[in-house]
Amino acid sequence: MSGALKIEIGRRYRFSASHRLHSPHLSEEENCRVFGKCNNPYGHGHNYVVEVSLSGDADPATGMIANLADLDAFVGRQVLDDFDHKSLNDDVPAFRDKVPTTENLCIEIYQRLKSFPKAKLERIRVQETGNNSFEYAGENLEGDRR
Amino acid sequence: MVLLTRKIEFAASHLYNNPKFSAEENRRIFGKCNNPHGHGHNYTLEVTVEGEPDPVTGMVLDLKELKEILEREVMQRMDHRHLNYEVAELAGQIPTCENVARVIWQLLEPKITRGRLHRVRLYESADLFADCYRNGAGAAGKP
Repeated sequence: MSGALKIEIGRRYRFSASHRLHSPHLSEEENCRVFGKCNNPYGHGHNYVVEVSLSGDADPATGMIANLADLDAFVGRQVLDDFDHKSLNDDVPAFRDKVPTTENLCIEIYQRLKSFPKAKLERIRVQETGNNSFEYAGENLEGDRR
Repeated sequence: MVLLTRKIEFAASHLYNNPKFSAEENRRIFGKCNNPHGHGHNYTLEVTVEGEPDPVTGMVLDLKELKEILEREVMQRMDHRHLNYEVAELAGQIPTCENVARVIWQLLEPKITRGRLHRVRLYESADLFADCYRNGAGAAGKP
């Protein structure tokens, strides 16, 4: 029975960061038109929520897909230490030449977490505000990449 | 196909301890979840059923019927119970969120005869949950 079932664990993390949406490939006017108030030259910030989903077989000895202490330490090291209370544009090298939209943030976080050794990363969901969220599951969006 | 989701909440206690491990290993692996007197959570369970709406009633299944199944299979078994000692289906297993979600799937799946069980999501807290679904069904973008 359980072979026919897939179990995932989802864990939420929070960080606060500032960003500014601005593309060097667009004129000032175009930037203003495309990004609106997100183009404010001094930037603005969000309380981001990151949802990390992992799959795998629960270890019969522990009942766990992955020990949350290992996951928390990994996410802290790979993501939160670099992003929390930082400027995404100025402090995260990946966004020096990429607009730090939450779409791109999802992809960046996925890349940073996909090497988690204890379970398979299924997808990353980032909530920018209570009304906006974005998901990335690698290149197959079905999330079915067995 | 339409998905419908019903949410219920129950409160239960548990602890993580594997008798095959030494006391020290149990503490190292399970941390504060190993407290011998246990601890508890307000669990939130979201049960999603898939199916086509009946042309006459417009329903995939009657929510009343789903509510009764959840009351019988989950609430009566787990609400205000100790998951380690009072739930036969969890005997011999560590009652992690993963294992409890799987047991709930196994309890509900045969009982849902109109539509088909699509996903069980069990929140142990706002920041930790487990999803259980049929292998290959995929969970991305699902409610």
